[in-house]
Amino acid sequence: MTAPAIVARDVSKLYRRFAHRNQFRTLKSALLTGSVLSDLRPEETFTALDGVSFEVPRGTTFGVIGENGSGKSTLLKLVAGITKPTRGRLAVDGRVSALIELGAGFHPEISGRENVSINGIMLGLTRREVERRFDAIVDFAELRDFIDAPVKTYSSGMYMRLGFAVAIHVDPEVLLIDEVLAVGDEAFTRKCLDKIAEFHRRGKTILFVTHSLGLVEKMCDDVLWLRHGRAADRGDAKRVVDAYLTYVAGGEDALLQSQQAATADLASTPEEPAPQATPGGAAPATGYRPGRWGRREIEIRGVRLLDARERERHVFVPGETVTLALSVHAREPVEDFVFGVGLFSAEGTNVYGTNTDIEGFTPRRVAGDAEVRLALEGLSLVEGTYLLDLAAHRRDGTPYDYIRGLHSFRVKSRLKDVGLYRPLHRWSFAGGAEIVPPEPRGELDLGDDPGA
Amino acid sequence: MIAAIRALVRYRALVRSLVSRELKARYRGSVLGFLWSFVNPLLVLLTYTLVFTVILPNRQPDIQPYFLFLFCGILPWTWFQASLAESSGVIIASGNLIKKVLFPAEVLPTVTVLANLAHFLLGLPILLAFLAWKGRLAWTAVLLPLPMMVQLVLTLGLALFLSALTVHFRDIQNILTHVLHLWFFATPVIYSYAAIPEGSPLRQALRLNPMTHVMVTYQQVLFHGHVDHWRGLLLALLVGILAFAAGAFLFDRLRDTLPEEV
Repeated sequence: MTAPAIVARDVSKLYRRFAHRNQFRTLKSALLTGSVLSDLRPEETFTALDGVSFEVPRGTTFGVIGENGSGKSTLLKLVAGITKPTRGRLAVDGRVSALIELGAGFHPEISGRENVSINGIMLGLTRREVERRFDAIVDFAELRDFIDAPVKTYSSGMYMRLGFAVAIHVDPEVLLIDEVLAVGDEAFTRKCLDKIAEFHRRGKTILFVTHSLGLVEKMCDDVLWLRHGRAADRGDAKRVVDAYLTYVAGGEDALLQSQQAATADLASTPEEPAPQATPGGAAPATGYRPGRWGRREIEIRGVRLLDARERERHVFVPGETVTLALSVHAREPVEDFVFGVGLFSAEGTNVYGTNTDIEGFTPRRVAGDAEVRLALEGLSLVEGTYLLDLAAHRRDGTPYDYIRGLHSFRVKSRLKDVGLYRPLHRWSFAGGAEIVPPEPRGELDLGDDPGA
Repeated sequence: MIAAIRALVRYRALVRSLVSRELKARYRGSVLGFLWSFVNPLLVLLTYTLVFTVILPNRQPDIQPYFLFLFCGILPWTWFQASLAESSGVIIASGNLIKKVLFPAEVLPTVTVLANLAHFLLGLPILLAFLAWKGRLAWTAVLLPLPMMVQLVLTLGLALFLSALTVHFRDIQNILTHVLHLWFFATPVIYSYAAIPEGSPLRQALRLNPMTHVMVTYQQVLFHGHVDHWRGLLLALLVGILAFAAGAFLFDRLRDTLPEEV
């Protein structure tokens, strides 16, 4: 491969934050004490990024995930060149276009046509280049009829579309995207995604900052997870997203736990029950804490989530068939064993649990390598992240290998219904009720490649 | 300073399109539209003429007809004053651009100064027409670009300085109105510099003001028809270059802090 498109070496960014007494310091006092320039030096700093290093090879799509305030947008601004790193080195090779704020710099009073040309020049095109791309931009934004109206008359969707259209037609070598795909209707979002996929096919480099983990898994080759300004993990998209999801669930759990600890202190009941062995058992009253335990007489060596076409995925839509495939290994033949699966919401609510013992299977023998599959037919869950408990244990509950909350999957849905469980259902109306049914729309198709 | 000039040259396409956008956007939606560029200076002129020929008549013999003398000063002063007043807030007002787009910030004050220069140029034909009508138009009018150049350098320098500093000290926007007001009276726009006795403390004070020399040159070139203020203009040019260097230096020093402070 050629040289990487983006290289970050130990990049740190400090934001200054004034101490309280300086907050009200004004020019007058600065002049009186002759400290104009010294006042412009940071007094107290806030570290937004702390020693982050990564490389983005040319032609790859690189995702950045993390909680709010973890430094994602700062990183993007650094790569865009809007701000400079306080320490470290950051090099970007090739023309950069940043979809950070669409239509920044549009002037409301003048027409879309004039704004396109000025915005294009702002983003680094020459006047002639803008003219050549003008038709493509307007067609992409679907604003042919409104292009001569002042931008202030545009709806926010039209505004964003025009902004996106200009930015994408700058034809950058490196495209930076910050959570901008939430704009516009679904058709336009899809068009944007198609355009981004086309960029990818043409060998351009894309840096992608988003909270939409499904999109990250789908589109990114590599993912960087930022936590409090540091790189918490980076690498394979699925692995990092999984690690992040686990962390997020754990984070909420830790919060819950500390609250419970506070009440527990008052009640002074220090004894904590041992982890319940059977996933299908009553949901533990204490918080849901990811972990793994057991002596591994039977070891769960691999977990795969498969769709109906036997492809490994982490994002599913309701109604799909999801097959959990566990690769297990027994060092020595074991005759007393139960396999169990538990399904938890991100908040730690037990959605479902079952095991082979509950369902009346009689164990005979497991030895060496084996595969255990559980097919969940017609996934009846609403949108959200779900965590899995996977277990092999004795019939009396003693665990061999218990993996709690370390595997997860997401359910994405067009319908924003609430709760956890979505039964197969159908509305019907009779008598005086008059109601228009929605246009029939299929569920999201996550199985296809974005560009296809 | 060289770097600042080079940057402005590099971004000339951007500057040009933003200036034309400023001009188009300013009067968009008003009935008179572009005519306002002509009507505005006329209205200012009308006010001052009313004050200084009716209420407080100025009868200094060397500056009659007074309204014409006044016009020669008001027009360039408006360019100067509006440029500084607008540029002090221009970076804050365009915070979105600075924060979210890779955008050369020095373009913003430059556009403000140039857009106001365009208004000045639009008002100029009216002034020349009045001068011709009163038989005052002399060959010296071709020297007009000289004081304009000096004023441009000086204004650009101050605009760069103010625009960057205002981001950190918002107070400047408030103080500036009053400073400019005082500056107006400290510049011979509504009175004649020549009438102030040589060697008087007032004259000494006015000499320190670079705009005095620019203004006197305008008045000589346009109104009096003879020019002998070269030394003063040269002095103003030096101050202007100094102001530009200082403005460019400060702007460069503060450049990286702008996206964080806006």
